Amino acid sequence: MTSQTKAEQTGAAGWTRRRFIITLGAASAAAAGLTALPGGAAWSAEDAKTVEEEIKRLMGGKELADGAKIISMDLPQIAENGNTVPLEVSVESPMTEADHVTTVHIVADGNPRPGVASFHFSPLSGRAQASTRMRLAKTQNVIAIAEMSDGKAYMTKAEVKVTIGGCGG
Amino acid sequence: MAKPKPRIRAPKKASKGEVIEIKTLISHPMESGQRKDRKTGEIIPRKIINAFTCTYNGQEVFKADFHPAISANPYMSFFVKVKESGEFEFTWVDDDGTTYSKKSKLTVN
Repeated sequence: MTSQTKAEQTGAAGWTRRRFIITLGAASAAAAGLTALPGGAAWSAEDAKTVEEEIKRLMGGKELADGAKIISMDLPQIAENGNTVPLEVSVESPMTEADHVTTVHIVADGNPRPGVASFHFSPLSGRAQASTRMRLAKTQNVIAIAEMSDGKAYMTKAEVKVTIGGCGG
Repeated sequence: MAKPKPRIRAPKKASKGEVIEIKTLISHPMESGQRKDRKTGEIIPRKIINAFTCTYNGQEVFKADFHPAISANPYMSFFVKVKESGEFEFTWVDDDGTTYSKKSKLTVN
């Protein structure tokens, strides 16, 4: 024990962070510049910054067929408050052991981080349908990707107009 | 912060093979990690519920991964096809590793 150098522990005491007053950043965030928060927070390496990156992270470059016929998204056309936008997604499927929806990913292309949620279903779900409430920073497309038990994947999207953005400022 | 309080709305009775809807809500600020403290200008660290799981008689039925784009007090509703009586267990996982759970019994006849 004593011979070990505890380099990590000394780091905890060195909490002298320089306090930058990012005038530009603070001002734009307070105004309307919710679209491009400077730098972004470095909290999660796995969360991609663009929709393409996020879809690639989720699907690994798999081909996505047009899912407009089988995926339905219930979203408001105009969301007055971007902080709580109701979303209901459902996918047509018999939901049997042999043929069911395994996962539905929700991605929003205008948020600082595009990932919203992933719903994992099973044959015990009975129906591939889920609802939640999400934040939308501005008017943008909400994308739903459905993964099936046979390996196929489908994608569809819907636009939501947002009156007041909801990612805090 | 007040301790997150989970709430469940699920039927107590169902008939065999019925597909029932379950609604869940947990009080939680879902701090996105994008907001800044108005006084200091520092980014408020992210703290969200990042996962939700529902099991029935120990078997996983539904699971969800949440990102910061999920609203505060995350609401989640989904469906379950029930074959026999049993107990649901709902679990939410916080960014700091804490889990919150709640149970609900169901009689199938």
